[in-house]
Amino acid sequence: MTTTVPPEKYVSRLAVEPVNERRVLTSEWLKLTTLRSSWITMALGIGALAFLGGVIGFFTNQQWDRLRPARQAAFDAVGASLGGVRFAELAIGVLGVLFVTGEYGTGMIRSSLTAVPRRFPVLWAKALVFGLVTLVLSEIAAFIGFFIGQAALGTHGVALSSDGALRAVVGTGLYLTVVAVIGVALGFIIRSTAGGIAALVGILLVLPGVMLILPQTWQDNIGPYLPSTAGAALYDLHPEAGSLDPWTGFAVFCLYAVAGLIAAAFVLHRRDA
Amino acid sequence: MIQAYGLTKRYGEKTAVDHLDFTVRPGIVTGFLGPNGAGKSTTMRMILGLDRPTSGSVTVDGKAYADLLAPLHEVGALLEARSVHTGRSAYNHLRVLAATHGIAASRVREVIDLVGLRDVARRRAGGFSLGMGQRLGIAATLLGDPATLILDEPVNGLDPDGILWIRNLLKGLAAEGRTVFVSSHLMSEMALTAEHLIVIGKGRLIADLPIAEMIGAASRASVLVRSPEAARLRDLLAGPDVSTTSQEVGELVVVGLTAPQIGDIAAAHGIAIHELTPHRASLEDAFMKLTNDSIEFHGGTTVDTGLASTGGAA
Repeated sequence: MTTTVPPEKYVSRLAVEPVNERRVLTSEWLKLTTLRSSWITMALGIGALAFLGGVIGFFTNQQWDRLRPARQAAFDAVGASLGGVRFAELAIGVLGVLFVTGEYGTGMIRSSLTAVPRRFPVLWAKALVFGLVTLVLSEIAAFIGFFIGQAALGTHGVALSSDGALRAVVGTGLYLTVVAVIGVALGFIIRSTAGGIAALVGILLVLPGVMLILPQTWQDNIGPYLPSTAGAALYDLHPEAGSLDPWTGFAVFCLYAVAGLIAAAFVLHRRDA
Repeated sequence: MIQAYGLTKRYGEKTAVDHLDFTVRPGIVTGFLGPNGAGKSTTMRMILGLDRPTSGSVTVDGKAYADLLAPLHEVGALLEARSVHTGRSAYNHLRVLAATHGIAASRVREVIDLVGLRDVARRRAGGFSLGMGQRLGIAATLLGDPATLILDEPVNGLDPDGILWIRNLLKGLAAEGRTVFVSSHLMSEMALTAEHLIVIGKGRLIADLPIAEMIGAASRASVLVRSPEAARLRDLLAGPDVSTTSQEVGELVVVGLTAPQIGDIAAAHGIAIHELTPHRASLEDAFMKLTNDSIEFHGGTTVDTGLASTGGAA
């Protein structure tokens, strides 16, 4: 083809490197950290996970003598200190959706995809960057939440060495990481912020409630395999009867995320931007 | 160099772009002209790999856009629709794009200065005026110092200063040997910037010609002559470069001779002249004539408001 290029063709002297996965990761890291909404939403979710357990622990400790003996016996000290996980899940999932739909809503996606026309690296990089950020922050927050929570519970608290406690704390961070990835995948699949958040809330928070109005056999057979229920098996030390084993449940939850990513890749590849 | 081969885009029943073949050459500004809804934006999005052609293909310097290893270094694009996250500052927007190509922060500052956004570079792009947004778009276009530039309606919404600035910028970029492909729905704008024109209507190629030729065709003067002896005069005026047409008895439209020349010939042969009117078609007329059959959204009234070609959807 070089023979057909006219001699007067412009030659740039700017130092430019080919697009690769590492550079797209850097770009996505910059995208995440240069938006105020990222910081606010992340702070809300992480803050809830780190400090809500302390609040729950403090009031539980105060009210302990008024609890019935049965409640006292069934008390889940680990679960109480990690009580912020539902808020963190919502905030992190929403931020994952926004990380993608914010680009579609503003048109930024057209800039992103003209810079990275192979497209897939944008998806992997977004999932990886946001997943890793969530993993690090939520693990830290889960440990903070556990220790503050147990301290606030005083004599009713348990040690990290108690049965399953470490798994629950670490598992909370892992669970939230998968939620983050699911949020990103939903963003790519649905593209609109309102629709993406509705889908996220519907799948993670509403679906388990819907199961309760279905026949008992359905609840028993399907219920444990719902995404958030399966994932919760990893950090919930007092699971309902019929729940999946902790790591089996988490593996099922991860499969949902993988399925979401595959669907996202398919949509990203096929549809016009 | 941009080359399109049978480029076609269909949305269900509707054909937005219909078997376009064209070549955009380096070193000059090439105008991409057509009424709103003609398929200009769709064509540009297909060049950039944002929209997938239904059939046909388009290449930049012989490669499909998606196969470019450092696309921002080879092609800079300004799309008509905004393509900037409103929550990010101008500086960070460019840094995000630069990071994908390992482009240094010094280059980011360079293009910010070039487009005159230094004072507002740290402000959120969501608060930018149309003109500032367009300048940020141009900065992103130039970021990778590309050899090919694709700009969709770059002067839309700009004040006269901004329009002049873009015109000169585009001419300067082309003079450096770059390929510059600019769309517009305004013939007058193209006449001032472009050297070559690709005209489309309803997704089809209408014309692909140097602007000088278009202007030549448009400004070829004709003369309307009324005379009781029109038939005799017609024979007398006949010559190799002269064409005459007649739409009604006693009337001639002459191309190739000036009004004084016709008057002199008539006088020399004693032929009475009742009317002798020189007529010069404007560039806008030439464009209207070219695209008249292919305007997507005609005005709803029979009175010509002059808005038929500029209104309607993008």
